[in-house]
Amino acid sequence: MSHAEGSYYLPELSHWPLVGSIGLFLATGGFAYALIYGIDGALGNMTVSYIGLAIVIFMLFGWFGTVIKESMAGKYNSQVDTSFRMGMMWFILSEVMFFAAFFGALYYMRNFSVPWLGGAGNNAMTNAILHEGFQAVWPTNGPANVGGDYKVMPATGLPLWNTIILLTSGVTLTWAHHALKAGKNSQLVLGLFLTVVLGVVFLSFQVYEYGHAYNDLNLKLTTGAYGTTFFMLTGFHGFHVFVGATMLIVMLVRAMKGHFTAEHHFAFEAAAWYWHFVDVVWLGLFIFVYWLI
Amino acid sequence: MSDHPTGIKRWLFTTNHKDIGTMYLWFAFTMLFIGGAMAMVIRAELFQPGMQVVNPNFFNMMTTLHGLIMVFGAIMPAMVGFANWQVPLMIGAPDMALPRMNNWSFWILPFAAIMLVAPMFIGGDFMAGQGPAFGWTFYEPLSGQYDKLAFFIFAVHLLGFSSIMGSINIIATILNMRAPGMTLMKMPLFVWTWLITAFLLIAVMPVLAGVVTMMLTDKHFGTSFFDAAGGGDPVLFQHVFWFFGHPEVYIMILPAFGIVSQIIPTFARKPLFGYASMVYATAAIAFLSFIVWAHHMFTVGMPAAGELYFMYATVMIAVPTAVKVFNWVATMWKGSMTFEVPMLWSIAFVFLFTIGGFTGLMLGVVPVDFQYHDTYFVVAHFHYVLVTGSLFAIIAGVYYWLPKWTGHMFDIRLSKIHFWVSAISVNILFFPQHFLGLAGMPRRIPDYALQFTEFNQISSIGAFIFGGTQLLFLYIIIKCIKGGDKVSDEVWEDAKGLEWEVPSPAPYHTHATPPTVK
Repeated sequence: MSHAEGSYYLPELSHWPLVGSIGLFLATGGFAYALIYGIDGALGNMTVSYIGLAIVIFMLFGWFGTVIKESMAGKYNSQVDTSFRMGMMWFILSEVMFFAAFFGALYYMRNFSVPWLGGAGNNAMTNAILHEGFQAVWPTNGPANVGGDYKVMPATGLPLWNTIILLTSGVTLTWAHHALKAGKNSQLVLGLFLTVVLGVVFLSFQVYEYGHAYNDLNLKLTTGAYGTTFFMLTGFHGFHVFVGATMLIVMLVRAMKGHFTAEHHFAFEAAAWYWHFVDVVWLGLFIFVYWLI
Repeated sequence: MSDHPTGIKRWLFTTNHKDIGTMYLWFAFTMLFIGGAMAMVIRAELFQPGMQVVNPNFFNMMTTLHGLIMVFGAIMPAMVGFANWQVPLMIGAPDMALPRMNNWSFWILPFAAIMLVAPMFIGGDFMAGQGPAFGWTFYEPLSGQYDKLAFFIFAVHLLGFSSIMGSINIIATILNMRAPGMTLMKMPLFVWTWLITAFLLIAVMPVLAGVVTMMLTDKHFGTSFFDAAGGGDPVLFQHVFWFFGHPEVYIMILPAFGIVSQIIPTFARKPLFGYASMVYATAAIAFLSFIVWAHHMFTVGMPAAGELYFMYATVMIAVPTAVKVFNWVATMWKGSMTFEVPMLWSIAFVFLFTIGGFTGLMLGVVPVDFQYHDTYFVVAHFHYVLVTGSLFAIIAGVYYWLPKWTGHMFDIRLSKIHFWVSAISVNILFFPQHFLGLAGMPRRIPDYALQFTEFNQISSIGAFIFGGTQLLFLYIIIKCIKGGDKVSDEVWEDAKGLEWEVPSPAPYHTHATPPTVK
């Protein structure tokens, strides 16, 4: 089917979705197999999972590469651009809801399950018989002292620095965005570069923080409710920072190649939205995981 | 010279909304028969008290996989199949907004289904029941005991991934691809219900992904989400699950409302009564679905204030739902009614779905729920809303649009037999289950006390007839695809809507130039 100039672009057959499905299937199925049968299982440790992951990465390069080529060839009119924008916005909403589930779990533990274990409401006998002597305080690793004694991660220090770093990265990214709209490509590249550097520094600090928690504080993923919520929330956030930084690196390379114009730069904006979303999630983390304890 | 790609590549690599819609519908139909076969095993075992056909663990696996397959494999993909076929046709769009992602949304599904079902066949004795056997709601801590839980968890992740991408596509299509003049309040109601359903899916599927991720880390990485020893709580699982689970049941019924709202005006030959109120009622139901989840947990030991709040919020849902039922009835009132096959299914839908709605109201009342909780009354309730609700609307929709898709009229005599046998047998199947539940028979139990025998036997006989009759449906569809009387573009006398203005069968590409809507 030929495409008249200016009409909505409808792609021809594409093998990338099926490649992606096979990759996801092997990556998740292989991981599940390794978890269930141990890494000494008949299928051999994580090999299948890594092959699947490699296929997914191959697919991402191929699919996005195709889209970039089509975009540079001017096949996308403003209506296609709007579809992409809507797609990214609704995808970010789904990510917000994913984090909401984990923030909800934290809220539930702090306000309901831990106080009830301590005898709040009509649970005095539960506390007296099942968990005698357990005081409901946050943070906690539960009535069974799961994971053993630990120290709390203070909000001042590295977490505060990380907050400043992420907020600053939001500023540098917005600076880059303004440069893009004003057609100043070298300033765009500089702004993106600074943002990526700040993202990498953030992740390095977080790795250091995790090492400190495991080695010095005896604070681990297995440290009851506190360790669970601390590492799951900050861990998923860290993973999203990694994904966002990867997006920004791709944008940096594309900006250096001069892919973006003041009018046509959806990919940059999508990555920027994602980065700001990750930024906002961190503020929630800093307040509810680090600060208010 | 064909206007579309041919061979296997057409299906594997397609970016065409009609091809993808067709694949969704066939996938759903396949899963309907697989899930249906499991239901037959359940009813065969329950035909008599005592253990006859399968062992208890296998029985539990059947109830679990039947529920999961019907919800995630049959009803939801069928609705997405309708959305793929009909939304672009009905709003005058050339295709879905993001055609390649559309293909990905579909092609994840078969892999997820394999991952869900495969553990049945892995390791040990098949009849011992190797698959998941903890109920479709996979409550912790029971589900945490299952050794192959990780396969189930990643299957759910893949299903959620598919649903989210499909929903993003549907929203972008509806908001961005409408023909000039097709304002939001001129959209067919089916499009409206899917817009709202897609929003629900994007909001709650990630929460499902979250809760199964918590299960995974609890089982394999030592976290304490659902473990009281570490400060967590198994009830937390139920809260997060039902925060997804309650909107999920509206995800399955709202598109059904949409289908029926297309069919009834056509055969009553009157515009839909109260179009705007239907739109607002759909939105109201969607909003309420987010704030009623704990009515699934009345007996778990919530504080009284929680029980009261969730009861009041729940019974409020009756208001917008009643607006819908009254609108359908008022549409038929003084209409020039004829009873073509899609209309028969739609009228049965209105009548039988309303029964399911009323039993839902009963279950929403806390002191009453204490009695009914986890009995066959609950099973009867949700099968009235899901089988005679969602599934009947899907079948109605297939009969309504099949002539447009194939260009042929289906065998009317056989399809009327299909309707009457199904409509009668489905009541033989599910109506006695109300009595069983009221008398105290628990759900998910392979054996039962002697006094429940008669109603169980009646129910099982209804099940075998209802299940067998659906083979006739398969035959009718295949026969219609292969041939039959040619239909006009309009198909049904004076049918309204853009889909009836394109040729029958609908060409591979439609609305390449957007039509103008007055």
